Amino acid sequence: MSALRILVPIKRVIDYAVKPRVNKAQTGVEIAGVKHSMNPFDELSVEEAVRIRDEDRAPGGVEDICVITAGPGKAADVLRTAMAMGADRAIHVEVKEWVEQLEPLSVAKLLRTTVDVEKSNLVILGKQSIDDDSAQTGQMLAGLLGWPQATQASKVTFGENDTVEVTKEVDGGVETVRAKLPMVITTDLRLNEPRYASLPNIMKAKKKPLVKLALSDLGIANERRLKILKVEEPPPRQGGGKVEDVDGLISKLKELGAL
Amino acid sequence: MLFSTAKRTALRSINNLPRSASLSPGLFHNNPSALRRLLSSLAVLEQRDGKLNHSSLSAITAAKKLGGSIHGFVAGSNIKAVAEEAAKVEGVEKIIAVDNAAYDKGLPENYAPLLIENIKKGGYTHIIAGHTAFGKSLMPRVAALLDSQQISDITAIEDENTFVRPIYAGNAIATVESTDEIKIITLRGTAFPAAEAHGGSAAVEDGVDPNVEISIEWVSEDLAKSDRPDLATAGRVVSGGRGLKSKKDFDRLMLPLADSLGAAVGASRAAVDSGYADNSLQVGQTGKVVAPQLYMAVGISGAIQHLAGMKDSKVIAAINKDADAPIFQVADVGLVGDLFKQVPELTEKLKSS
Repeated sequence: MSALRILVPIKRVIDYAVKPRVNKAQTGVEIAGVKHSMNPFDELSVEEAVRIRDEDRAPGGVEDICVITAGPGKAADVLRTAMAMGADRAIHVEVKEWVEQLEPLSVAKLLRTTVDVEKSNLVILGKQSIDDDSAQTGQMLAGLLGWPQATQASKVTFGENDTVEVTKEVDGGVETVRAKLPMVITTDLRLNEPRYASLPNIMKAKKKPLVKLALSDLGIANERRLKILKVEEPPPRQGGGKVEDVDGLISKLKELGAL
Repeated sequence: MLFSTAKRTALRSINNLPRSASLSPGLFHNNPSALRRLLSSLAVLEQRDGKLNHSSLSAITAAKKLGGSIHGFVAGSNIKAVAEEAAKVEGVEKIIAVDNAAYDKGLPENYAPLLIENIKKGGYTHIIAGHTAFGKSLMPRVAALLDSQQISDITAIEDENTFVRPIYAGNAIATVESTDEIKIITLRGTAFPAAEAHGGSAAVEDGVDPNVEISIEWVSEDLAKSDRPDLATAGRVVSGGRGLKSKKDFDRLMLPLADSLGAAVGASRAAVDSGYADNSLQVGQTGKVVAPQLYMAVGISGAIQHLAGMKDSKVIAAINKDADAPIFQVADVGLVGDLFKQVPELTEKLKSS
């Protein structure tokens, strides 16, 4: 049985509770002074990796949990958070531009190199980042590595002979697949409930190793294939006011042609 | 292969034309319609148990907007009937079918190499699938192997290189231009109506089958069975939230309401997390995106993640006891009050009307 060497890619994004505003130049959303945090799906990935170790779920044990992010200086914050949750160490690939400038294909290439260097045999990623909403990176990485993939996981079970069984959320219900390590898993909301990092763990995380690398260290160029021509606010929707009772509701719906 | 390479080179030079004013008049300079002929799309169609997934015909609608030739692609066991049905869509030149049970479950580990072989053979410029569980799982793998940056969940097509897609849970709309030679696209089904399977008579042709050994094993599935309309494509949706308080009450109140309207049932994340409704019914940024004629939100406050999944509905109605709930800011009609009284009353009145 192979011991698990888990790589958990994470991303710093605008906090999920913040309503993003398009900037004046219509080139993106306002980022300055806006609360950021770890992408919610990535919290699930970190939590799952830590639980696999804590609950002793993998027959071969967990040798290493390494988190990685690509982004500007502040992206180190989410790496510290992940280490406070229980990750062993972190890699920060510093990208001068804002992280949203790095496309999923570039991230997948960067991760492929990291997997080789770190000898990872399990990569757990979020199913999508809540800023770009692309839902691509995990699948792209699996493709580049030629590994099996299990996307939108709601349950991960380890068996003998390096097998991993994953229940995936699909349209209309769930589907279960089984593959052998190494593999790529992406997380869905129902996988677990991420823990809050305790203060002592936050203090401890400050002492855990964090390596800084540049894109060039990984042999990657930030090559953009999609040019953002403009970013706009969606057309606003006006509330149509309230009615007094059920009869009012029905007649209004008839008036609107919905009944 | 030679032809397809030539085609791409020609396309590339066309794409470069506006940027280089000093370019001498080339083959296509005075003939922009030549570009249209070179453009060719492959619509990846879904099937399950030998039945065509009709909503996947949205990919053909999108291909029609692009112009150029349109082929469809299907794979699975006994695929003939599916292929012949898809061949009836008007405007489709050819359906490429691969008859092999290995593709029944649409597992990307062997479906991606299959698709890639057929993309290479056909020399397509645009590959389009729905942003469904199947499309989301498959297409990025295909894109990476073709070294193309996928364009996910598009809601509009401006031209053959330019696409519109929502980002930040639909709080911003980005227009992006792709520079990739082969464009891998997933589309939002609610933004492109499914093409009708009539009026056409495309040829059905066997595709190439690389028969790649699979690295994953399909074990089982558990799909919610329902006689109600499919959530993603229903004309009406009633959706329940935390306000329903329990699974028992969710079923007791929401199911009859749905039936009185002939509607599909949806749910907020809170309702799903609390176990009131199945995961597959979640509407929102991370669940289904719906845009029915009528969306009725019951006991749902209207968090931005939920609004991301339903704010393009034609008419939104909300029933909530909190008059300040954000859902009322987008609802065309709102009723403040106790859903435990109002939903049964509404159901009764709808039934008797």
